[in-house]
Amino acid sequence: MQALDQAPAALAATPSGAPVVALRGVTKRFPGVVANDDVTIEIRSGEVHVLLGENGAGKSTLVGMLSGLQQPDEGRIEIDGKVCVVASPKQALAMGMGTVFQHSMLVPSLTVTDNFALGGPWWKRPDRAGIAAGIRDTARRLGLRVDPQALVSSLSLGERQQVEILRALMRGSRCLILDEATAMLTPHEAVALGELMRRLVAQGIAVIFITHKLNEAIAYGDRISVLRLGRKVGEIDPDALRGASESENIERIIALMFGTSEKGESVRRVQVSRRLGDVVLTVEGLCCDAGRVPVRDISFSVRSGEILGIAGIDGNGQKELAEVLAGQLPRGSGSILLMGSEMGGASVGERRNRGLRYVTDDRLGEGTVGTFPVATNFLLKDIGADPFWRGGIERPQEIRLQAERHVRDFDIRTPGTQTPVGKLSGGNIQKVLLARELTGAAEAVIFAKPTYGLDVNNIRTTRKRIREAADSGKAVVLISTDLDELLELADRIAVMDRGRLRGIVGNDDDARDAIGRLMSAGDDE
Amino acid sequence: MALFTQSFIITLFLGAIAAGIPLLLAGLGEQLSEKTGVLNIGLEGMMLFGAYTGFLVAWSSDSLALGFVAGAAGGMVVAALMALLCVRLGLNQIVIGIALTLAAEGLTALLHFVQFSRTYPRLDGVPTLPLWPLSEIPFVGPILFNNNVVFYFAIVLVAVFAWVYRQTNLGIALQAAGDKPAALDAAGVDVTNTRTMAVLVTGALAGLGGAYMSIVVAGVFVPFMTHGNGFIAIVLAMLARGRPLWVLGGALLFGGSLSLTTALQVAGVDIPTDVIQMLPFAMVMLVLLVAGRKAALPVALGESFVRGSR
Repeated sequence: MQALDQAPAALAATPSGAPVVALRGVTKRFPGVVANDDVTIEIRSGEVHVLLGENGAGKSTLVGMLSGLQQPDEGRIEIDGKVCVVASPKQALAMGMGTVFQHSMLVPSLTVTDNFALGGPWWKRPDRAGIAAGIRDTARRLGLRVDPQALVSSLSLGERQQVEILRALMRGSRCLILDEATAMLTPHEAVALGELMRRLVAQGIAVIFITHKLNEAIAYGDRISVLRLGRKVGEIDPDALRGASESENIERIIALMFGTSEKGESVRRVQVSRRLGDVVLTVEGLCCDAGRVPVRDISFSVRSGEILGIAGIDGNGQKELAEVLAGQLPRGSGSILLMGSEMGGASVGERRNRGLRYVTDDRLGEGTVGTFPVATNFLLKDIGADPFWRGGIERPQEIRLQAERHVRDFDIRTPGTQTPVGKLSGGNIQKVLLARELTGAAEAVIFAKPTYGLDVNNIRTTRKRIREAADSGKAVVLISTDLDELLELADRIAVMDRGRLRGIVGNDDDARDAIGRLMSAGDDE
Repeated sequence: MALFTQSFIITLFLGAIAAGIPLLLAGLGEQLSEKTGVLNIGLEGMMLFGAYTGFLVAWSSDSLALGFVAGAAGGMVVAALMALLCVRLGLNQIVIGIALTLAAEGLTALLHFVQFSRTYPRLDGVPTLPLWPLSEIPFVGPILFNNNVVFYFAIVLVAVFAWVYRQTNLGIALQAAGDKPAALDAAGVDVTNTRTMAVLVTGALAGLGGAYMSIVVAGVFVPFMTHGNGFIAIVLAMLARGRPLWVLGGALLFGGSLSLTTALQVAGVDIPTDVIQMLPFAMVMLVLLVAGRKAALPVALGESFVRGSR
């Protein structure tokens, strides 16, 4: 493989500071969306250049153009100062642009060595010994431990990523693109990747690190470009980044990312003004053994306009509790009263009709049907209902009008109401769910980890919706693993541990300590 | 027991090999296309069409060698349709595979009816090629080393495939085409061409297997004569987890149970013929029950490849 011979040249230090790759005025449009709008970015050797932005800011499209998967509609790409057309992934590689995608591009059933040999002339035998030696050599230089004989399927995600970085370097990459590289990693692996990036730039490689995590950008980046809605809204150069304190940097980046300087709309508990009404939802002695974690003896009540938070480490029966309440798991014993009437035996549909709503955390799995249009997903739980159906016949006009109303009211970013919901970003899918569950005659709403996996902007919108639901007199059960979220929103907070409620505390100034005590206590089994 | 006479056992062994070779050839082919991610349900049709073209050419040209070549070519014609529709145009592999099998059944039955339904021509036996001195070993020699050319070819093919899969860049590329086509594409190898080639080779092998049935085993072409062999070969390939040697073992096992049906009938066992003829298929279900859970299939099996989609 000729690429192996180029490896030393690639690792030799190039004059630091010269742009290896530059995007100049690049614009890329997709049907209905401008993914990148007049973006200019320079990538210099010996620098980790962070591309930071929330979901849907246009980071992935930028990567696609640099790695040859997509071509810009306008603007140009320069490599070593010369204008180039990057027509295919192969060509990008030949020009020294190596990309490590978020999803592994290794063949799991082959060894590391064979993955490196992939693409060699078919009639030849792979030089396995030579490739393995090359892998060990390059790995040692970068301070990595890679076993060339290991099957890729036996490696952790972090190790696979290291293998992909090695492969890109051995194929002569001078510019390494890491697309959402830390998204699938454990915290420990993410730190190791950060250290590896520092070692790479020390050897003169240019690194493009795409992320939506602020702290990683500041910890590992030399230069940060912030993208927002397809535009580059700012760049922080190395001097500015090093000159400022971490909190100053965070503040500056948040201002660039979201266009405002405030960190959260409400710092804490502005909901005190809300007046609580009558008890809406009462649960007494509820047990259920049908789920993965048995739920035992749950009792609580929620009043109209109240938010009851349920805290706890993930996997302690919160999901099961939510599903028993929603009717998706059968109740073992105990009672569930909504507006005073028993509904523990009612089906999912009956509960919904009586005013109980459930916003699941499994947004694409059970919350929506990815291939159905947005408009249909609004009606998933009302199939056949007036006024969208009359005598079993669908009424497209009504369905469309409602969908347009929802899209407007809930600010859902979608090309149209007929777009399949699976094509939207995570935050917008959540908005579709919220629109469906929060409209109509709802009495009580259960939220399961409503902000899990969302970016900062969508977290803020979702929390606002939860608060509004309570303000409008609904009883809200908010299950969350994020204690700060509960402290911000809830009136009272219950702690769940191993399927039981360990106690309920009011959300006052020492709530955090009280919850901590409840979580660490309770070894009564 | 009186059942296990010497003639019964020899009939059983010879029968196992005669019935196993078509399974082995078709199974090796199916394994190849499954490795690259193409589930080739049309295997039965390829075998049947190969059986017909092989017999036709062998009979009309009076050359057995030409017959085998024509059988392989016949299977390849059906495979070319499969490659065009499924690999290049991305249609559903299961639907097309079933359609091709049904089409081959109908077409060969019709052609047979038109040409041979009055005459029923037969081919003479296929000459054997003794591999002296191995052929002189008692009992084993006459069975294994005094056989026809296609038998030797099939056995050698097992070793060749095992070597290609383990030792060549081609083997690595084939595996990648089935497990992570996007990675193969990124490495600059055309996934569609790799799969097309694999399907064509599959067709040739299945066709040869079919021709073996009509030319060697039966000496005559009968409509529907492949009799589910193609489907058994698909099961074999799935259970063999990418290992050619396992296909050989499985082919002999199933060949044995197929020949057991004949041997039992020869021995005059007092069981209804229909029950005896069910044996091989009962065997398939039994093996699937025991080993099927462990079958490791390629990740992208049955999916057509489109660049840019994950």
